[in-house]
Amino acid sequence: MNQTVIIDPVSRIEGHGKITLHLDDTGRVADARFHVTEFRGFEKFCEGRPFWEMPDLTSRICGICPVSHMLASAKAGDAILGAGIPATAEKLRRVIHWAQILQSHALSFFHLSAPDLLLGMESDPDRRNIMGLMETHPEVVRNGIRLRHVGQEIIRILGGKSVHPTFAVPGGVRSAPQRDDLHSIKQLLPEALNIVEGTLDLLKGRYGDFRGEMACYGDFPSLFAGLVTPEGGLEHYDGVLRVMDEEGNILEDGVSPERYRELFAEAVEPWSYLKFPYYKPRGCERGLYRVGPLARLNLCDFAGTPRADRELLQFRSFGKTGKPVTGSFHYHYARLIEILFALEKIAETLKDHDLTHSPLRSQAGVNRRVGVGAIEAPRGTLFHEYGVDEHGLLLSVNLVVASGHNNLAMNRTIRQIARAYSNGAEITEGLLNRIEHGIRLYDPCLSCSTHVMGKGGMQIEVYGPAGDLRAYNR
Amino acid sequence: MPGVKDQKIRLATVWLSGCSGCHMSFLDMDEHLLELQKLVHLVFSPLADHKCFPEGVDVVLVEGAVANTEHLALAQTLRRRSRVVVALGDCAVTGNVPALRNRLDSEGLLQAVYADGERLPGLDPRREVPQLLSSVLPLHRVIPVDVFLPGCPPAPRSIQAAVGALIQGESFVLPESMRRFG
Ligand code: SF4
Repeated sequence: MNQTVIIDPVSRIEGHGKITLHLDDTGRVADARFHVTEFRGFEKFCEGRPFWEMPDLTSRICGICPVSHMLASAKAGDAILGAGIPATAEKLRRVIHWAQILQSHALSFFHLSAPDLLLGMESDPDRRNIMGLMETHPEVVRNGIRLRHVGQEIIRILGGKSVHPTFAVPGGVRSAPQRDDLHSIKQLLPEALNIVEGTLDLLKGRYGDFRGEMACYGDFPSLFAGLVTPEGGLEHYDGVLRVMDEEGNILEDGVSPERYRELFAEAVEPWSYLKFPYYKPRGCERGLYRVGPLARLNLCDFAGTPRADRELLQFRSFGKTGKPVTGSFHYHYARLIEILFALEKIAETLKDHDLTHSPLRSQAGVNRRVGVGAIEAPRGTLFHEYGVDEHGLLLSVNLVVASGHNNLAMNRTIRQIARAYSNGAEITEGLLNRIEHGIRLYDPCLSCSTHVMGKGGMQIEVYGPAGDLRAYNR
Repeated sequence: MPGVKDQKIRLATVWLSGCSGCHMSFLDMDEHLLELQKLVHLVFSPLADHKCFPEGVDVVLVEGAVANTEHLALAQTLRRRSRVVVALGDCAVTGNVPALRNRLDSEGLLQAVYADGERLPGLDPRREVPQLLSSVLPLHRVIPVDVFLPGCPPAPRSIQAAVGALIQGESFVLPESMRRFG
């Protein structure tokens, strides 16, 4: 019989989760599971409330990507109104969303993952965090703080608060910035561009040290899914669904997001509050797909801004010619490229459009009974689907969140890492941190991911050959 | 354990049923964090890799409401082991958004969400996931709380003011001008 080791909670991720490792007779890891341990029930307790409230309410699903929920919710609302939104409102929604992509990716890279990348996967756990990094790499930390600040500050300027801004509403946005505000935003951009360029050099400069990790930190063939622009460019706010297979063949293209149920289905396991979505035509076994920065950079034909396109070319060299990049370690690199892209797009939008212009909001009532809002959140594709009665009270709410899509991939990744690094001898703290880093690659937002949701906490468990659970505390 | 770092104030941050937004507001102190680091030792936090809530904590910031058996146990532990407990944000102070589920029965809720009764998470105490409490509770309903910082999330300057005072060993009441919900 086998033994089990538990890592509880998984730390430096957003939300509550744990991991269980099942050991075989020789003490090697035979299986690993990632459990999301929290549940909040958003999909149910929102029923009966007016859909107008949903942008503010669902932003409370997640404090790291509240803007994505706010916007997906407002877009589902737009669909219920059946009205297009004013051009200025759309541009403003895009800018605030790029700001959030920027701050969320900066948090993932600097605050959560950099301790592993710079201090070492198996370094002293007491110092392996952002506070510890302040002692050894103060400049890197300062850059991370500044970069994240730029995203948070743009959100604050547009929406009044950096966390949970009240900004988007069904039909448009609540307010437009003043000229001074736009000037303040513009002034933030050059420093941020410099920091991200420097950070790209830092990461690429260390890539040689991570060859071992790259080979087993979630390197496997899989499908990729996400939104692209109708022309095939990198997209974060709108667009059409694309699914790519392990060889780079496009399986689905130009699919309207309303049809998401035709592409994805979800399995449930009693050991996790997080559901397991898969690509429906292939079934649960073979339908594993990845979403988020890595998937987006695989799916798009081009980024669409000069610096991001330059980096994209280099990024693609990590896949075989013409094939997608299959290693999840490259999520880190993909995140930095998306930060670059977001900054370039914000600068371009500010330059090309007058964002102080009204109207900001289309006025309409309930014209459709169902609305789907889809967006590329920092961690991947997010769907909000609402059904309402004639008064706009919610009859049904379905949320498919980014981290959920990656659930199968996260489980596969930790299994791959655990098998590669466990040698049958002692289970070390360093090994456990490597496994946790496998989760951090996906930067899961477990608050989001417990779908009905909630918050997931993670924990890691290890079981012994007798099936006995060996709680592992460090 | 003697050593320089142990002369620092021992700060912990905890995350119960919240959205992480209060922790994000804590991080929004930005460069001030670099100053804070000189004064405190972060001994437990979702931002760091400690797996057990330690003994002898000076100040703990608690985000989120109490929604499941695991939160309840952690709340009790952190109270026993900490000098000052701060309810950080509306979820900890009032229950806020997580408590919206209180009008529903928790088993029915799980049934509705996970559809398949056989494989439902969160009902079997032997499984890996904790069980839901029948009601989501604010922190002070479960343990005594010393300082309340409302807001969803509290503004970074409120957190900065509170942490600044508390690590100096002073008592702290949020000034009226900073008191707001939402
Ligand atoms: S108070 Fe608001 S910001 Fe803080 S955890 Fe609760 S919902 Fe999130």
